[in-house]
Amino acid sequence: MHADRPPPMVLSMPPTSPSGGSFASLWRLKTYVRPYRWQMLLMFAVALGGTLVGVAVPLLTKAVVDGPLRHGERGELWQLGLYALLFGLAEAVLILARRLTLATTALGIEKDLRDQLYAHLQRLDVGFHDSWQSGQLVARMTSDISAIRRFLGFALIFLVVNSVTFAVVGVLLIVIHPLLGGLVVVLSLPLSYVIFKYERVYRRQIRAVQDQQGEVATDVEESALGIRAVKAFGRAGFLTERYLAKSRELRGLQLTQIKTLAEIWALIIAQPQAVLALVVLGGGAAVADGTLTLGTLIAFISLYLLLIWPIESMGWLLAASQEANTAAERVFEVLDARPRIRGSSHGHAAGQARVTERTRPDAADGAGDAEPRLVFEHVDFSYPVALDRSSGTPILTDVNLRLAAGETVALVGPTGCGKTTLTALVPRLYDVTGGRVLLDGTDVREMSLTGLRARVACAFEDPTLFSASVRENLVLGRPEASAAQVEEALRIAQAQFVHDLPWGLDTRVGEQGLSLSGGQRQRLALARAVLGRPPVLVLDDPLSALDVHTEGLVEQALRAVLAETTGLVVAHRASTVLLADRVALLGPHPSGGHTVTALGTHHELLTAEPAYRDLLSQSSDLVEEGV
Amino acid sequence: MTVLDTDTASPAAEPQAGDIPLDDWRGVAAEKADEISAGGGLFLRARSRRLLGSLLRPHRRALAWASCLIIVVTGAEMAGPYLVSVGIDSGIPAIRRGDWAPVGAAVSGILVTALAGSLLRLRFLKLAGRIGQDVVYDLRGRVFRQFQRLPIAFHERYTSGRVISRLTNDLDALGELVNASLDGLINAILNVAVIGVVLAVLDPGLSLFLLICLPALFLLLRWYTRGSRVAYRRTRETIAALIVHFVETLNGIRAVHAFRREPRNDAIFHELSADYKRANADAMRLMAWLMPGIKAIGAVMTAAVLIFGGFQVMDHALEVGVLTAYLLYLRRFFDPLQDLAMFYNSYQSATAALEKLSGVLEEEAGVPEPRQPVQLPRPVRGELRFEAVRFAYPRREQQSADGAAHPEKIVLPELDLTIPAGQTVALVGATGAGKSTLARLMCRFYDPDAGVARLDGIDLRDLGDGDLRSAVVMVTQENFLFTGTVADNIRFGRPDATDAQVEQAARAIGAHQFIAALPDGYATDVKKRGGRLSAGQRQLVAFARAFLADPAVLVLDEATSSLDVPSERLVQRALRTILAERTALIIAHRLSTVEIADRVLVMEGGRVVEDGAPAQLLGAATGRFVDMHSAWVDSLA
Ligand SMILES: Nc1ncnc2c1ncn2[C@@H]1O[C@H](COP(=O)(O)OP(=O)(O)O)[C@@H](O)[C@H]1O
Ligand SMILES: Nc1ncnc2c1ncn2[C@@H]1O[C@H](COP(=O)(O)OP(=O)(O)O)[C@@H](O)[C@H]1O
Ligand SMILES: [Mg+2]
Repeated sequence: MHADRPPPMVLSMPPTSPSGGSFASLWRLKTYVRPYRWQMLLMFAVALGGTLVGVAVPLLTKAVVDGPLRHGERGELWQLGLYALLFGLAEAVLILARRLTLATTALGIEKDLRDQLYAHLQRLDVGFHDSWQSGQLVARMTSDISAIRRFLGFALIFLVVNSVTFAVVGVLLIVIHPLLGGLVVVLSLPLSYVIFKYERVYRRQIRAVQDQQGEVATDVEESALGIRAVKAFGRAGFLTERYLAKSRELRGLQLTQIKTLAEIWALIIAQPQAVLALVVLGGGAAVADGTLTLGTLIAFISLYLLLIWPIESMGWLLAASQEANTAAERVFEVLDARPRIRGSSHGHAAGQARVTERTRPDAADGAGDAEPRLVFEHVDFSYPVALDRSSGTPILTDVNLRLAAGETVALVGPTGCGKTTLTALVPRLYDVTGGRVLLDGTDVREMSLTGLRARVACAFEDPTLFSASVRENLVLGRPEASAAQVEEALRIAQAQFVHDLPWGLDTRVGEQGLSLSGGQRQRLALARAVLGRPPVLVLDDPLSALDVHTEGLVEQALRAVLAETTGLVVAHRASTVLLADRVALLGPHPSGGHTVTALGTHHELLTAEPAYRDLLSQSSDLVEEGV
Repeated sequence: MTVLDTDTASPAAEPQAGDIPLDDWRGVAAEKADEISAGGGLFLRARSRRLLGSLLRPHRRALAWASCLIIVVTGAEMAGPYLVSVGIDSGIPAIRRGDWAPVGAAVSGILVTALAGSLLRLRFLKLAGRIGQDVVYDLRGRVFRQFQRLPIAFHERYTSGRVISRLTNDLDALGELVNASLDGLINAILNVAVIGVVLAVLDPGLSLFLLICLPALFLLLRWYTRGSRVAYRRTRETIAALIVHFVETLNGIRAVHAFRREPRNDAIFHELSADYKRANADAMRLMAWLMPGIKAIGAVMTAAVLIFGGFQVMDHALEVGVLTAYLLYLRRFFDPLQDLAMFYNSYQSATAALEKLSGVLEEEAGVPEPRQPVQLPRPVRGELRFEAVRFAYPRREQQSADGAAHPEKIVLPELDLTIPAGQTVALVGATGAGKSTLARLMCRFYDPDAGVARLDGIDLRDLGDGDLRSAVVMVTQENFLFTGTVADNIRFGRPDATDAQVEQAARAIGAHQFIAALPDGYATDVKKRGGRLSAGQRQLVAFARAFLADPAVLVLDEATSSLDVPSERLVQRALRTILAERTALIIAHRLSTVEIADRVLVMEGGRVVEDGAPAQLLGAATGRFVDMHSAWVDSLA
């Protein structure tokens, strides 16, 4: 649908900022590695040990040939043979030790990182999630973190081991023959330079690939979640085309990346061979001159051959490092996003104390003089700035509303006027941009988030169920709820149908609750909200999907609940409005946005407010015209 | 190995501290979502091998060409050391004689092989990369199309998270196999084969040891294969579970926040990611034993050859040179075996992924396209008929965990219904009565278990998807908006519509006003799942999209539930004109809809219990509709 549109980009940080040095993001992983530092050290040591032992076995062969075989000593042969066996087994044991450590270490780091990413994402505000496609986040949670694991488990170890090998052998070569050795070392410099240049290109390419993978995953998710719409309009072909176009783009990006990698690789494997040719030429000349003995030349060359694998493997090691680096960059982009909505740490206790003393039901009509429970005070709101360029367009302007304890206020207004938005401010799904929301006299921003949300229960206009058991969906926020409480909530919401499900409360509700009918879903969501009788109930159009009969039953039960709690109820229909003691009508504010334009009982507003009458009056012209 | 056995046998999930036992949260469902088709492991493997075969077949020539390239490259690489020895052995004496030619030849030989090897490898890498990407792209398309083809019922139990997992992680596993491993595989096979022959030729006697160590290798490999197959299968399943939970959390983030779900979600996620870690750790541990296992067999072999060969040398039955060479080659025989093991590891991982993917691909589409679609006569009249339709939502097994059988719940026991062309029918009844189900059958989201649903006399099962979808369009309760602009989303109903037509459709149902007020008007990005719009606005867009599609039959399922009364009225006024020459089925709880209907059906428990013109039903003294209507009128007060 928007293949040519740039992906919705990162909002809380500058879009593409390859921060700092080329491996800055990898370096930041150190905090995650620290708990495993001994295991990592062990792996380094064992890997080095393995390399050394690997060298020892050929030396033993040489010892056998030069020793026992020459002298014909059988006993010694046994002994050396045994050594060879022991060294070989030792090498095997070292590999085993490294790989076993690897299994716990790398996977441990991977799990820690993944758990933390998830925990962090859960705590990022709704505004963040509005603008991040979950496909992008899934890609970060899976393939990016796996790339980091592969790096820490293999690439990093061998980068170090190979560098050590390179340094040691390099020094040895210089010691053996300063000129040739120096030549070998100097000739590795241009290679390093070229690789360095290539790596920068490679890094950009790999980042593009990873981002595109996220895009593709996003498409996949949409196609699965929107399958009904797709089927209803027969647009599978269109979606497939869109998906394939993105996949082709991904394929193209990956091919570019593979090409770069192949070029780096080709350079890297050609270089040692070329140097080898030089060594043979120069060394041969030196031997011929007599400045070098043949034995030394052979030793030099055999040593140099030891270097070839470390050099050649640099290609994929660096590639893996770059991949892990950009992957880490992507993961940190998320981890660096700070939740813009955070609880205050000290407000918690105060808030709690107030609840306990106030949950006693006040007289339902005590609206007038009692200290109000929920207050909107000069509330302004506009959706977060980076979300889209329209931001700044005010949605709510100077909203003032006071709800006494036990009072229920209905929010009425035309579609899109900001009713849902206003309700979202109470549990702080968004924060006001101006003014404040007070709960029991405390600014909600000064309370702890859990404290606040424990006191405010919501039913959203879309029921948001999870693929878990019915019970799990009900007790979402109150795992401690008793069976009796659950039963009561089900009764209030007229959701006893759950007992007829094949496994009663243990039946799994399908993804998004789609295995239930719309009205059933809505009643579950309502039951969830009223469970445990929260002090403040926020209901967003809670009865829209119910038939008239069920609606009547729910209203009856709900009325009893609302008598005791403070309620904010978004309503489109007169019947729902009647649940409330008073009605707040939302209408346009002179300076943009919407605000409360009228406040009163249903009947007061019906008579006094033409706008309200238009919105709610049953005298739809259709009825008047007759059937 | 004993260590490992106890490890793999560790209990799958330790109960964790928490308010509710963690493993309960999932609840019971009739089907195990992940097991698509039943069948033994053997069957699964054969199926995934078949899939791999069908993916690689089109690339036979490219693969052959790539193999040739890598053979030459390997040859060039093997020639290097030989040329060095030539340079030293015959070059240096020649220099001493003042003849630089042999050294020159050797050196240029080295340079040429280096250059050729490097260039050919470049070619090879690009080629192998392209093959890998093409294979993945091919499979991507196949799996995606299949997911789109599979019926709603499938998606209901499979969940979107699992779809994502299949199309990302599982594909990646295959990509890794094809991309990175061809190189190593051919290299290793070549080395093992060539060196094996060299060894046998060098000394047949010593090579008997090889024959002895082969069974050991074989046993080791078999042990690994068995274990890793199980482990990798589990990695696929656990990562899918992880993604499912992850995606659900993100999509339900408002509820997560509002209901302080975070700690419990954390606990669940920790458990799931621990499962994934365990599965991965098992696979890695198997690998941790396999690699050194091969090394150890190699070490035993080397020591045996050293000692036994040494004795032979002492007995003058063997040349020292041959023994040295033999030992050197022996090492080069076992090293590539390690590479082979690496390849085998990727192969096992990819096979597990392919098992899942081939499962999806071979899943029978439950609501299949007809083999020989019947042409829908044009113009479409829009007459709908249900003949003795019985329907229950599909369940895989009727067995629960405790073994008790649960009868499937029949939603529509037996439905006979004819809706003549052009009629506007209001369908009313309590929630859960089966109204949406009826609507879904009409759109062929499901097929009836018995009986027939017909459009213009043709069984829906005989209609091609294109025909059906252009004739029948439904606006659901769950109107889904896709990422893109408002116009894109309206145009979803008819891709070739002009901007003017899009606007016209929006005007017709009263959506133009709010759209025009959006910052970019019709070009405003609606954001993830239409989050930029309010629920009512989303419904209006969904409505506009259906009108633009201009179907002969329009099914509206609670399509105005989130609208305020004036907007709803506007929509209804529009409906009056729009539905004049169309067949329409309108499900709504607000009986105001009834006023534009020619006929009312009252449903209860999956049956039509009252049927008639609104006036006729209202005229009756008692009756369900009369009750409903009076209740509704009361509710307006
Ligand atoms: N996430 C968002 N980002 C930007 N604008 C939004 C977002 N959600 C809603 N809006 C806009 O804010 C306005 C109020 O929306 P909402 O509160 O959902 O309305 P309603 O009164 O129907 O519940 C609408 O015009 C909508 O377009
Ligand atoms: N996708 C589904 N899978 C299983 N059961 C379902 C599914 N959708 C609905 N049901 C069940 O079928 C019955 C009828 O649902 P539905 O047709 O949606 O009712 P209505 O539209 O009349 O409110 C309900 O009991 C509901 O729980
Ligand atoms: Mg709303």
